[in-house]
Amino acid sequence: MSPEAADAVRVDRYRRRMTVTQIVGAAIIVALAFAPYVFEPAVTSSWIKLFYLITLATVWNLLAGYAGMVSVGQQAYIGLGAYGIFVFNDLGLDPYSSALVASVAIGIIAFALSFVAFRLRGGYFAIGTWVIAEAVRQIVVRFDSLGAGRGRSISDYTSDPVMRNLFTYWLALGILAATLIATLFLLRSRMGIALQSIRDNEVAARALGIHVARTKRIVFVIAGIGAGLAGSVICLQAIGVQSPSQIFSVSYSAFMVFMVLIGGIGTIEGPIIGAVIYYVMDLYFSQMGLWYLVVLGALAIAVTLFFPRGIWGALSARYNLAVFPIGHRVVAVAPGAGVRGERRMAMAAGTGK
Amino acid sequence: MVVVNALVQGILLGGLFAMAALGLSIAFGVLRVVNLAHGEIMTVGAYIAAIGLSWAGLNVWVSMLIVVPVLGFVGYWVQRLLLQRALRISELAPLLVTFGIAIIIPNVLIELFTTNKQQIATGGLAVRSIQVVEGVSIGVLPLITMIVAVALIAATQLFLARTRTGRYMRAAADDSETLRLMGVDHRRLYALAMALAFGIAAFAGIFLGMRQGGVTPFDGHLAVLFAFEAVIIGGLGSLWGTLAGGIVLGVAQTLAGVVSPELPLLVGNLVFLAVLMFRPAGIVRSKVVV
Repeated sequence: MSPEAADAVRVDRYRRRMTVTQIVGAAIIVALAFAPYVFEPAVTSSWIKLFYLITLATVWNLLAGYAGMVSVGQQAYIGLGAYGIFVFNDLGLDPYSSALVASVAIGIIAFALSFVAFRLRGGYFAIGTWVIAEAVRQIVVRFDSLGAGRGRSISDYTSDPVMRNLFTYWLALGILAATLIATLFLLRSRMGIALQSIRDNEVAARALGIHVARTKRIVFVIAGIGAGLAGSVICLQAIGVQSPSQIFSVSYSAFMVFMVLIGGIGTIEGPIIGAVIYYVMDLYFSQMGLWYLVVLGALAIAVTLFFPRGIWGALSARYNLAVFPIGHRVVAVAPGAGVRGERRMAMAAGTGK
Repeated sequence: MVVVNALVQGILLGGLFAMAALGLSIAFGVLRVVNLAHGEIMTVGAYIAAIGLSWAGLNVWVSMLIVVPVLGFVGYWVQRLLLQRALRISELAPLLVTFGIAIIIPNVLIELFTTNKQQIATGGLAVRSIQVVEGVSIGVLPLITMIVAVALIAATQLFLARTRTGRYMRAAADDSETLRLMGVDHRRLYALAMALAFGIAAFAGIFLGMRQGGVTPFDGHLAVLFAFEAVIIGGLGSLWGTLAGGIVLGVAQTLAGVVSPELPLLVGNLVFLAVLMFRPAGIVRSKVVV
């Protein structure tokens, strides 16, 4: 490109596509919000699980796919979210407000824990988060008021099951919508670019003046809050916690890893697809018992090794798709360069990423 | 006297933790792979020993001669077929692969052998003890475990310092690119390191099983966390530091056990987190890099 043409280009953030995404996304969320008036309560309440699975997958992807932090300890926040309902419910709040108040508390806890977890890097970070999750569980079961090792149920709850399901549905939907919107805007922001550069090369990112630790910490806290809210929903739907070892189970991390890997790590769309796949698999195969987990583990390994981009990663690379536009492209605005400018001239920022 | 006794038991328990941590250290040191399935490999080792005992009446010590090479062989091929590929893909890939293995193994074990404890009888060895003074006695098995752990660490150090393969492994830890330029087959070297890590893990798993009188599918999750805590408390890169780390963890657990039987795991984890927070390089200054 000649020098005089250099100022005849502009960086496009896919504004038009973003507008479409926002309108369609808002329409889908509104439609889902009205779904309980159309469908049977049994149908919509079965979607609650899908909503919290997508939430879990999205925040885990934010951690691992964008900030490069593989955590196998997110169950700490899921459990805290569930137990937070008991704590604030006992203090007199209704269960739904309890979930929201608990998420704030979990954000603070995640912030504090990040100072411990960030002492470790890479693989040792992963195993360190696992230890933290174990320690959190062991502390929670020390409280007799929280049912100690036995689990407990929510004491002050709406007795009408229809209303209960309805409100839990809306809460789960609201959390999902908030998570997706926050993720989209986060990744489109300056920090999103910082995150992706950290994931790709942390040393180089630091050299470019990015506050690596601060950026990672923000993501760590967001991921903790997201997992905590999902845990609250799990607790609300089951009207309590059956056993602490279940809600603090490392299996939740396995599910998150599976969903994100299958769908496509490092994309916003991937975890949604992965969560839907997991949800459908769970409907049909969960009666297989533990072999089901074995299959999930084996599939996760196979995808990591032979299909590392996942379903959405492969599709978007091939067809140049992006439902959630977070990339950049350089578009020529000068006449003459227009033909070339129509195509993407700078693929550096990518479209799917 | 109760406290002194707990202290002694804790020190000896540290030997077991150090043994469990050795394989993890080797895999991380040479390959930079954190094996999240490390504890599960220990469990598998103990299961093979338990099955050998119940089906063929094989003595535990004899079954070690089978278990260690078998798991070493498995480790060699896990590295060559799975992890070697994962290492080329990304930094996160090996971690995710080992996490997948860590999820698969306990669930397979539950489906095959139920959640019941598989007995590993040692002919009374696990309960035999030597009384030192009134109120303080040393278990024979923990003592043997400690001695074996020390011998194993010394042997590993010697192996890394004196043999050609060991030197290559240290070179790979420092700069695997250059090692490759020197014409060393790094894939084979990595696989050998993983074979060593798996073999030692299985060996440690049998000792853990003997101590507990058996093995359950859930032991692996705990074991990998203990091993990891010993490594971090002791300081990355030092095998003797890992022994010290194991002892700190063991003592923390047994002393907490004096206060309440529910506390050991929590206090162990809290001690680990405190060390991580205030002495992130570990309690021992590392000299030898593995």
